[in-house]
Amino acid sequence: MTALLHVDNITKRFGGFVALDGIDLEVQPGERLGLIGPNGSGKSTLVNCICGTLQNESGSVSFDGQTVDGLAAHERTHRGIARSFQLPRPFHSMSLADNLRIPLLYTVRTREGMLHAHSDLNARCHELLEMVGLAKKARQLPRDLTQVEMRKLELARAMAAEPKLLIADESMAGLSHSEIEDILALLVRLNERGITVILIEHIMSAVMSFSQRLAVLVSGKKIADGKPEDVVRNPEVVRAYLGQ
Amino acid sequence: MDISFDLLINAIAAGLLLGGFYAAVTAGVSISFGMLDIVNIAHPGFVILGSYLAYFININYGVDPILVSILMLPVFYALGALVYQVYYLSFEKRGQEALRGLAFFFGLLFVTEVSLILVFGVDYRYVEAVYIGPSIHIGLVDLPLRMLVPCVAALTLFGAIELFITRTFTGRAIMAVSQDQLALQLMAADPIRIKRIAFGLSIAIAAVAGALLIIIQPVEPSVGREYIGRIFAICVLGGLGSMPGTLIAAMLLGVVESLTATFYGPSWAPAVSFGFLLLTLAFRPAGLFGR
Amino acid sequence: MRVNTTKFAFITIAVGAAVMAFAHWFNVDYLYFASYTILQFIVLATAWNILGGYCGYVNFGSAAFFAMGAYSSVALHKFDTLIDHWFSGSFAAILHAVFPLPIPILILFGAIVSGIAGFGMGYLTLRLRGSFFAIATLALAVVLQTLVVNWEYVGGSRGAYIIRPESIEFAGITINYIEYLFGLMLLLAMISLVTARAIEHSQLGFGFATIRDDELAAEACGVPTLRVKLIATTISGAFMGMAGAPFPYYIGYLQPSSAFGLEYAVNSIAMPMIGGTTSWVGPLVGAILLGSAQQYATVTISSAVNLLIVGLMLVGFVIIAPNGLIGLVQGWRRAWRKP
Repeated sequence: MTALLHVDNITKRFGGFVALDGIDLEVQPGERLGLIGPNGSGKSTLVNCICGTLQNESGSVSFDGQTVDGLAAHERTHRGIARSFQLPRPFHSMSLADNLRIPLLYTVRTREGMLHAHSDLNARCHELLEMVGLAKKARQLPRDLTQVEMRKLELARAMAAEPKLLIADESMAGLSHSEIEDILALLVRLNERGITVILIEHIMSAVMSFSQRLAVLVSGKKIADGKPEDVVRNPEVVRAYLGQ
Repeated sequence: MDISFDLLINAIAAGLLLGGFYAAVTAGVSISFGMLDIVNIAHPGFVILGSYLAYFININYGVDPILVSILMLPVFYALGALVYQVYYLSFEKRGQEALRGLAFFFGLLFVTEVSLILVFGVDYRYVEAVYIGPSIHIGLVDLPLRMLVPCVAALTLFGAIELFITRTFTGRAIMAVSQDQLALQLMAADPIRIKRIAFGLSIAIAAVAGALLIIIQPVEPSVGREYIGRIFAICVLGGLGSMPGTLIAAMLLGVVESLTATFYGPSWAPAVSFGFLLLTLAFRPAGLFGR
Repeated sequence: MRVNTTKFAFITIAVGAAVMAFAHWFNVDYLYFASYTILQFIVLATAWNILGGYCGYVNFGSAAFFAMGAYSSVALHKFDTLIDHWFSGSFAAILHAVFPLPIPILILFGAIVSGIAGFGMGYLTLRLRGSFFAIATLALAVVLQTLVVNWEYVGGSRGAYIIRPESIEFAGITINYIEYLFGLMLLLAMISLVTARAIEHSQLGFGFATIRDDELAAEACGVPTLRVKLIATTISGAFMGMAGAPFPYYIGYLQPSSAFGLEYAVNSIAMPMIGGTTSWVGPLVGAILLGSAQQYATVTISSAVNLLIVGLMLVGFVIIAPNGLIGLVQGWRRAWRKP
């Protein structure tokens, strides 16, 4: 079986600071991968390098059997990599429905024979909002949403691009226990539809219950990668991360 | 064209003197744009306002323009702090600095210019001081005091700013404010207060630069517009907020402008600075010394 | 109820025809001159707003794009007078048959020149942080003005005379030339309004809005932000060039200082800001209000006071009414509905 995402020895520097130091990572189709690490360990930088928001200096990223090196972020979205942001970044001036319309117009429509009718677009927006339980607020602006609703909108918008891989960057920070359960259930549902999910998270209980595999970053290096229950017992991980 | 050595040396000397002055005009923007990320395109407006105040007091009371500018420092500092407060409350706090904040500064620049036209008219104004007129000669080089005095004053001011920023707590906080607001809060410094101080300072420096400007050349209200290109070209070329970079870029631009004016005629001079700016933005947006 | 673009175009044509008929009925030269200026501001304000209001990128160089249109007309006009100087024989005869070019063709040229300039400015600076574009446009006006001042062919600093014909003939009907210019500018205003409104409701309009809101999120949603921004700078520049192309014929004597006049830069920002930047209505309302107020004020008070008022209004509006008059009206209507 070939990997869906293949990150090969990538390095990223900011000035003299090495944010990522030779990271290798493989993600299989349909997998649920948890990515953890202390603050400043390079998790978000890794996400940005995979999504094309930042360009890595060396190493390469390939997706779905093809290299995506040098491609801009929007081209990678077109290829099937979608992400949610750590701090939700909705389009503030647009209604929730219009927020979802953007990836439909700019990503899904670029694929052949998709969504050319106006009514199809509206139906799809509604369907996505329904999926995350925001259908009633379709015409409202993002500023009317609660924290958890904002996270759901963020995930719905990533899903609207119909990705093969979804990278959820700290989708649960600051949420209550039941809200976390809510988001986790949503992510599992998406995964059951065949979407590969990388979950970046601080909340260990959430990561442990969700992930089939766990990778740990510390100071820009990957120090462990394997079954969650093995990884959390790895002495290096305990020392660098959990032991603090 | 036959370029005489004499002419060349003098053009370079004049350019270096001019560059010293440009450094002072740009210092304020290096703080506001380079460190605070506030795109104050009204900066030249404050410079020209400083020129006219120096002119007004010089003509009516015979006070030396540089002395006037030092006396005016607190007033311009307060004005700058006030402008920042309005800017912060109306735009920065609401995240609207990109569109409305820019339009606000553009409006300020415009209002300053038109007000000065209404009060003083469009004629060129100049000041009187003992050092306007005579020159010193060193070998081939002819140094008019009209240029030398402002250049020395500008470099003194520039040095003082550099010392303030690198050696004092407030100065370091100003440098930190653009990079790490969180660290600043941990140091128990209010970022808004620090920014207000820094912006006030940048406008106070503009007033001094204005007084120096009217010593160097006669001033009319629209002169400020020519300085927009110069100031931002130097600021970007110097690496946004680096004081030594600003000084070197200012000297460089001064020399290039002076050479252009000497060998191609003064009507091309404005294009030099703006052309510099466009080229810098296109090819070296991180500045001359950026990576 | 949303009116589709075709319907809106028909409504615009009807309104335009009514304005034309009304003006013809009045037939006062001063009225043509005054309303030409207002229409010209409608085009400039709408063009500015396509980039500034829809995408959130400030262009301070409206005057430069306007002047490029004006000077491309001057350059082509001059070319006509120099044909015999440069060419001879049958080639000169062919050129004589083509030149002088009619104004609609000059408008097209102006649009192309300024559109290319808009694209170039965007290409050079839009990959950098947002404020660099604004600063670069400030620089552009001065660089171009210096080039024009030193370019003898188009008159240099002295300026260029363009002799405006008294009248023009169309299919046997003689039309007063100023009425012709007025009609052309009316048409340009209509085209720019229909274009702006069509963009608002299109995929492109959504793309523009994502750039105004959040470029990083836009990229993540698959929006090719650089390409979308370049489309905006090109369209915006082209419309400004169009507005400038007939200007030499209107003014009769084109000087660099009038073509690069500060009032174009200021008004094309102030009008959308005061009217409201989020839709095509704002620049239209702003241009009509500010434009006619200025036409009235230049007669009664000095032009400097006039510009001071525009500047103060710009500063006041961006602080107090961030969404302009349209925003204020919407706010009142909302307050009216739920007391």
